[in-house]
Amino acid sequence: MAQSPVLRPGHVGLRVLDLESAVVHYRDRMGLQEIERDAMGRVYLKGWDEQDWFSVVLREADRPGMDYMGFKVINVAALNALERDLQAFGCKTERIPAGELNHCGERVRFTLPTGHSLELYAHKEYMGNGLGRVNPDPWVEGIKGMQAQRFDHCLLYGDDLDGNIKLLTEVLKFDLTEKVVDGELIVAVFLSCSNKVHDIAFVRHPENNKFHHASFLLGTWEEVLRAADLIAMHDISLDLGPTRHGITRGRTVYFFDPSGNRNEVFCGDYTWYPDHQPITWTADQIGRAIFYHDRKLNENFLSVVT
Amino acid sequence: MTDLAALEILITDTGERFACTPGENLLKAMERLNRRGIPVGCRGGGCGVCKIRVRRGQYTALKMSRAHVSAEEEASGVGLACRILPTSDLELQVQGSLRKSVLTQRARTPTSTQSS
Repeated sequence: MAQSPVLRPGHVGLRVLDLESAVVHYRDRMGLQEIERDAMGRVYLKGWDEQDWFSVVLREADRPGMDYMGFKVINVAALNALERDLQAFGCKTERIPAGELNHCGERVRFTLPTGHSLELYAHKEYMGNGLGRVNPDPWVEGIKGMQAQRFDHCLLYGDDLDGNIKLLTEVLKFDLTEKVVDGELIVAVFLSCSNKVHDIAFVRHPENNKFHHASFLLGTWEEVLRAADLIAMHDISLDLGPTRHGITRGRTVYFFDPSGNRNEVFCGDYTWYPDHQPITWTADQIGRAIFYHDRKLNENFLSVVT
Repeated sequence: MTDLAALEILITDTGERFACTPGENLLKAMERLNRRGIPVGCRGGGCGVCKIRVRRGQYTALKMSRAHVSAEEEASGVGLACRILPTSDLELQVQGSLRKSVLTQRARTPTSTQSS
């Protein structure tokens, strides 16, 4: 398998019920940096170790959930080629002009078979992580809360997982890294465009275009524990953890933003290479696959989405 | 011990009663007292799991997802328990239920879904 021309998840657009309480959550509790606000009232944030201008865009709306997830691709030629390939695959695409999101180049948006809006872009302005590029220090002082380093992936819910897998592997050249099967039926799938074990994941669910969580990277298990301490200190709605996933091996804690969108902070999954072979989990071991310690399904974790 | 200022909440489906402090949302009061009458989801007005209908009593409703509670429903006393702050004693009914994902359903009944 070839490496994908898609580099990484570059941003996620989230709807929130109340903008200011969401900003407090993402900035002061999770430790993202508030970069700016635009004329539409959208708030742009990034993790301290991200190089581009933003990775999270918050918008106030009458219902929470995910508007879109954006992937950065390696250059404009790749963007144009992927747009053609998507169209040849039968996928309708739309060009969103440069600057519609501040500091972001032209975006090619399309809808997955599960109803989610994904977009590709080749340019976003470089901001840097504040450490410089000559003899840098290892980390930035004064980062708040959980000190999330960067946006990492999303888990999304919808019905046509097979269609998503086909599109993402055949057109965007993602690798399928792990899956959960019930007989022949794939009920959950994890996909990578990079060396990460997942850049996007899906769970089969009767309702389309649902959002399960946006995940952010921490450095160590101790930092995951400290994030859980902050969840208790600030009375944030805890979902699950801290614990270990069987799938991806991630060390994790799940919680909700003030509008009910689920977040994860995690560390310690494994490195994926394109010559690796996918891992399969069977439905009879699903408890262990998801929560390795408890080895039990959790109804809220599986079914609560926005 | 009952706080004199506490409001009494009755879940008519189960007959369960719990106390809620003024200013506290219904779901939080129920969870704090370790009761289980209303399903708990995101606790932020987003997932719709704790949907209820208030049959009697006064309350303030905070903003909640229109994907789960329409303006008409809200006007008729329907809301999400995590967004409802009682200002008097209340009687409520639980609405809907957790929508099970395919994963949950299938994982629980693995023998009934696939024969091979």
